Amino acid sequence: MTMLPPPTRKKLGLVIDLDICVGCHACAVACKEWNDGGEFGPLPDENPYGAQPLGVWFNRVHTYEVTPVSTLTPNPSPAGGRGEKSMTVHFPRSCLHCETPDCVTVCPTGASYKRAEDGIVLVDEDKCIGCKLCSWACPYGAREYSATRGVMQKCTLCVDRIYNESFEEIDRQPACVMACPTRARHFGDLGDADSAVSKLVAERGGYDLMPEIGYKPVNKYLPPRPRRGGCGSTSAKRPVEQAQDEKVDFSTSPLLRWVDKVLSR
Amino acid sequence: MNPAFSVIFFTVVSGMGYGLLFLLGVLFALNPVSIGRNEALLALSVGAVFVVAGLLASTLHLGQPQRAWRAFSQWRSSWLSREGVASVASFVPIFALAWCLWRGAEAAALRGLGALLAVLAVVTVLCTARIYTSLKTIPAWHNRFVLPGYLLLALLGGASWLWLIGEWTGGARAQPTLIVALAIASSALKFAYWRFIGASPPTSTPESATGLGRFGRVRSVEAPHTEENYLTREMGFVLARKHAGRLRAICLALMGAAPTLLALAALFAPRASSAIFACMAALAVSAGLFVERWLFFAEAWHVVMLYYGGAQPHRA
Repeated sequence: MTMLPPPTRKKLGLVIDLDICVGCHACAVACKEWNDGGEFGPLPDENPYGAQPLGVWFNRVHTYEVTPVSTLTPNPSPAGGRGEKSMTVHFPRSCLHCETPDCVTVCPTGASYKRAEDGIVLVDEDKCIGCKLCSWACPYGAREYSATRGVMQKCTLCVDRIYNESFEEIDRQPACVMACPTRARHFGDLGDADSAVSKLVAERGGYDLMPEIGYKPVNKYLPPRPRRGGCGSTSAKRPVEQAQDEKVDFSTSPLLRWVDKVLSR
Repeated sequence: MNPAFSVIFFTVVSGMGYGLLFLLGVLFALNPVSIGRNEALLALSVGAVFVVAGLLASTLHLGQPQRAWRAFSQWRSSWLSREGVASVASFVPIFALAWCLWRGAEAAALRGLGALLAVLAVVTVLCTARIYTSLKTIPAWHNRFVLPGYLLLALLGGASWLWLIGEWTGGARAQPTLIVALAIASSALKFAYWRFIGASPPTSTPESATGLGRFGRVRSVEAPHTEENYLTREMGFVLARKHAGRLRAICLALMGAAPTLLALAALFAPRASSAIFACMAALAVSAGLFVERWLFFAEAWHVVMLYYGGAQPHRA
């Protein structure tokens, strides 16, 4: 059923601390490993040892450079620009298990659903027809299509771990949370104001990604703490805005290559 | 967005089919005796073939086409599902009309079935358009130009094929004037759409995507993977502006200028030659619609690319 359930009381999700994430990708690898063999696996790779491997991952770690606006402007204002330096932020990205996500409602088959009991968003891989519309509806890139399996795959919040009674209580957490060596990832009930994760969010000012889309993500991100002093001598070099190259991938099919050739004349 | 041929073929060809069926339905609803039996049966068949061909092509886009029947189940929330239901429902008046024409039926029955066919044709194209306009993640689709565009272009495609069928079967419709009006209106709408998507400011930014805007400007320095993934292949397709300009011109020439000139020529040329003009117009419009729909996908930018260092293309 792709109608959204009434607002769930329990909102299981993750809190990701951008202050201490070191970008080691352990969460992504642990996720891939668990889910490849888990209930929702496999997560197949195409051409895994070739020149251009392609495969499904539920968790991806980006790295960004954040530069104070004052150091970007050609003439820094007298008030700012002193001691302000850019910082590096490692940024894990996965399904945010939103409260009102369109990835669920656009699904024509009922394969994509949000659980009424805990708010986890899942794909029933036996019902999915692989139309990819849910991935178009997700602004966070949480869903990846497996051409090998012909279905959409996504983070399950390790639903096959967190309720798994054959595990010790302490192990009933998502694989990414278990693997994080810096404890940058926290799992819990964000619908419960007294839970450890909710307190962490309140204390550190946890926030939503792309709130303007209106999907009300459950997962929260904790902002980096202001850097002390500075990090090296990067302020000497003014970061240059990366020119946004227009990406033209016309090499994928003979028809497109021909179109490119004709139009480039 | 990656312009998948199956989806482009589906939206163009079934759109033209529904445009044709809509016009036929309106003609029947207004005056059933005005349209000849052969012309009506041919138009009905061509419309149905276009619709079926489009629907079959759309299943090529699926990873598990054998489960496509499941797509009729979620009409309460999903525009894709509603489109499936509406498209199948439209075959009820199609077959009923064909039956009535074959056997000879009361004008009242033809009127009623014609009206039903016209309504279902509009509803189906409307559902198709809503699949795209409801996606908040793609600013080039989530705007007020897209839905009228789908309806108008389906009508233009359908009208140009109906003109050809009329010429073929000797029906004397006042089609060329309709073609001129639709071609000019469609071109104006597409022109306005392209102006709009080029000028509208970005709704989401790398700063809002990461929530790091409070610290400054956000720039991607390292992607999570060295090779492509599903996201960058599916959503990362952005057409170069140089190509977009030329393709837009080609599109307007094929679906705007060509049918306008051909229809005007048919109005003033000897009666015998108008079938040739009608044939050329139908082919030009069809080709133009393929270019238009290819651009519709290829020019559409998805917000997920913000995570990969891409910004919404627009004229600042």
